[in-house]
Amino acid sequence: MSSGTAPVLEMRSITKTFPGVKALSEVELTVREGEIHAICGENGAGKSTLMKVLSGVHPHGSYQGDIVFRGEPCAFKDIRASERRGIVIIHQELALVPYLSLAENIFLGNEHATRGVIHWNDTLGHAGKLLRRVGLTDPPLTRVADIGVGKQQLVEIAKALSKEVKLLILDEPTAALNDEDSAKLLDLLLEFRAQGISCILISHKLGEIRKVADSVTILRDGRTIETLTVRETPDAEPVVSEDRIIRGMVGRDLDHRFPERTPYEGDDAGETAFAVSGWTVHHPIDQQRKVVDNVSVEVRRGEIVGIAGLMGAGRTELAMSVFGRSYGRYAAGSVYVDGREVSTRTVPAAVRHGIAYVTEDRKTYGLNLGDHVSRNISLAALDKVAHRGVVSEHEETRVAERFRKSMNIKAPTVFEPVGRLSGGNQQKVVLSKWIFAGPEVLILDEPTRGIDVGAKYEIYTVINDLAAQGKAVVFISSELPELLGMCDRIYTMAAGRLTGEVARADATQEVLMRHMTMDRSLTATTPGRTDGPADQERGLTG
Amino acid sequence: MSAPTTKTDSAAGAASSPGGPDGLLGTLARGMRANMRQYGMLLALALIVVLFQIWTDGILLKPQNVTNLVQQNSYILILAIGMMIVIIAGHIDLSVGSLAAFIGAAAGVMMIKHDMPWALALALCLLIGAAAGAWQGFWIAYIGIPSFIVTLAGMLLFRGATQILLEGQTLRPFPDGFQSVGNGFIPEMGPYTDYHNPTLVIALAVILFVLWREWRDRKRQEEYELDVIPMGLFVAKCTALVAAIVAFALTLASYHGAPIVLLVLCGLLIALGFVMRNAVIGRHVYALGGNRPAAKLSGVKDKRVTFLVFVNMGVLAALAGVVYAARLTAATPNAGINFELEAIAAAFIGGASASGGVGTVLGAIIGGLVLGVLNNGMSLVGIGTDYQQVIKGLVLLAAVGFDVWNKRRVGS
Repeated sequence: MSSGTAPVLEMRSITKTFPGVKALSEVELTVREGEIHAICGENGAGKSTLMKVLSGVHPHGSYQGDIVFRGEPCAFKDIRASERRGIVIIHQELALVPYLSLAENIFLGNEHATRGVIHWNDTLGHAGKLLRRVGLTDPPLTRVADIGVGKQQLVEIAKALSKEVKLLILDEPTAALNDEDSAKLLDLLLEFRAQGISCILISHKLGEIRKVADSVTILRDGRTIETLTVRETPDAEPVVSEDRIIRGMVGRDLDHRFPERTPYEGDDAGETAFAVSGWTVHHPIDQQRKVVDNVSVEVRRGEIVGIAGLMGAGRTELAMSVFGRSYGRYAAGSVYVDGREVSTRTVPAAVRHGIAYVTEDRKTYGLNLGDHVSRNISLAALDKVAHRGVVSEHEETRVAERFRKSMNIKAPTVFEPVGRLSGGNQQKVVLSKWIFAGPEVLILDEPTRGIDVGAKYEIYTVINDLAAQGKAVVFISSELPELLGMCDRIYTMAAGRLTGEVARADATQEVLMRHMTMDRSLTATTPGRTDGPADQERGLTG
Repeated sequence: MSAPTTKTDSAAGAASSPGGPDGLLGTLARGMRANMRQYGMLLALALIVVLFQIWTDGILLKPQNVTNLVQQNSYILILAIGMMIVIIAGHIDLSVGSLAAFIGAAAGVMMIKHDMPWALALALCLLIGAAAGAWQGFWIAYIGIPSFIVTLAGMLLFRGATQILLEGQTLRPFPDGFQSVGNGFIPEMGPYTDYHNPTLVIALAVILFVLWREWRDRKRQEEYELDVIPMGLFVAKCTALVAAIVAFALTLASYHGAPIVLLVLCGLLIALGFVMRNAVIGRHVYALGGNRPAAKLSGVKDKRVTFLVFVNMGVLAALAGVVYAARLTAATPNAGINFELEAIAAAFIGGASASGGVGTVLGAIIGGLVLGVLNNGMSLVGIGTDYQQVIKGLVLLAAVGFDVWNKRRVGS
């Protein structure tokens, strides 16, 4: 840590534009030699894009600005170029091949070989050393599929070490880990810092940042807001509070315009239309992991209720598992519609009980992109335009035409393939499909993601209309101003649990963000930091 | 021989020589782009017919050969229809050739060994086909084994069962009534003319049906304010269609009349075409093949639909097996070899997409005819089966390659 103040990485005035969107705008980032530098910000703040620019996923020339690494300017044309210089990124979704061994994975693309023939002894020996360095004692020939996610994360790090890493970038490394594995991983980072490896840590968990980071850079809407010093020396106590970081993350002003709300005035106004109680869901593959943990929510007629949460909070998983158990493995919980318990075991059953789910990923889960607008709109309720199993194309076209006008879907005809429409218009098609199904409860998952301001306003209007008709609306969103502008109440989730319920009057972005960043990993027992195997292995590498 | 030649001329003429101003050409181009693959294949079919008509000195379209062509390809066309639906649903079926052979064997055992009445045996054959389809559909839809594996197993299984059933022997002959399923014609009725009367009556009915449908579609398009082709072109298109049907009917009527299998094929084309286009379940098949997760989240019962698609394929494979055995007048252990590959090729030439969700029943027929005419024409001019296979392979590659290229060019 002698050169602790010298910068190892400087990113200067980075601007990156995608068609129609400015993802990064003159972002500045300076990482000092041998520090753990955290980056935080809301979903879509530009963290991942910035790391993709740094690692060469977005090659030199596709962005503006300069990158200086260890005193030399960089122009990476791909990810291999950045790895050769010692910059290694570990993505949130692990990039390991499940049916190859740990050793093979560690040296994948970088094999110990002469003329294409692998030296197995070298490979296994070297892999064993690297695995011990990250605290793994499993034999190098173990298959990746046979170890847990926590260990897989460590294998990724061993793989990074094999590339003689100078700057390690971790994107939400603990999002998929349980408390114990998270604590181990953070300890390993501290270990690396002592060895002089610099590290960029992207995290939503503020407790985690306060525990290990030396400084933190906050991004918001593609801009650098500020860089704060978390601790002066590696062993010092943190000098930044979680509230201070939250203030930087949310500062966005509430100048979005939201349409007027007409309250629902039916006789049954205020009655609970939809409730989920004690809902628990396990991860589809890793059965130990609770993706949704004992969540209970309720929505009244004519009410719009928000669910806020950061990446990995379990919002989509909650919605999809309630809607026909379309995600994960159901463990416990019940669903009530109008006070009666109903089964939502299959999608048709959920639809029959008047529940609709509008997906956050319309291209994968919402639309048949090659098919007509009209056929996409009718798909969820084909029976309404069919008589004895025969679809009346006439009826279907009339219905589609009605939605094209009322939802202002910009398509030349209803026979246009949906894939040719813009994102906002595609979203209107998905909404039309579910409104046509005639549900009483609508779960809208990120209904305004990736669409322009004008279309957003139109979709807000549609949502308000639905509430005014007495429907119960669940509104999942990553944009806090949107939730504050639209919802009557807002639930917050973090790491699969419900962490708060805030009425509109009491809700501010700061309050929500505090609930959304509650961190349970720090309350768990942390294994001692000195008895890890890393200590014994330091001699091998130092 | 003049009637058949006019048919191909007018069909090709309508599609390739607009001869009008740019506006007309533009309308035509726009109309064709939507269904590029199918129009392209129709055009290719016409070209192949003309080519072999010239090359064989007119033998290709002689009444006897046309009749032959229909009967020879009927079982592949039946399989191609089922295969198209399987591929639209995003699956594949490799077992249909073996299953057809197995059904032929079962028919032989029932009729020849046990003297069962042929109509009853036929009905039982179709039931066995449905059961075989249900067996495969169960593993694919409810257990989740990939269709490639399940039907590969079925291919071995049914082939073996055929050999067990026949004990390696060939059974013959089938009763006359049954043979007519493969070789028979509609019986002649009414006064003596130069032509086969019932065939002409059926042709008239088909013409009226086709004209009515064209007219109705046009009215609908107008109602929804879509681009309609100009009236002149519409009349030209209808004239070409009618001329093609008339020429085809006269050709058949001047020989023995319409083969019974042709009626069966037409029935399948209309019925399954209707199901795929207008029935809820047909729509669900397209939705599943187009985007399975999205269809499931829209409440499509994916397992049941997949299961039924394979039951349908089983019944059609049984029908093909029956027709083949009847035509051969024998049940042999080696029946149906490579039928599955011909049917799959027909479906892809006729516009199916390897990723599912795209294709029409009519396309399967067109694709099957392209292959059938190629087979027949090449045999007539004396090209050996070795070269025939090479050429068919290249045609398949070219048809799908053209489609991929065209999609990339249009940028959709």
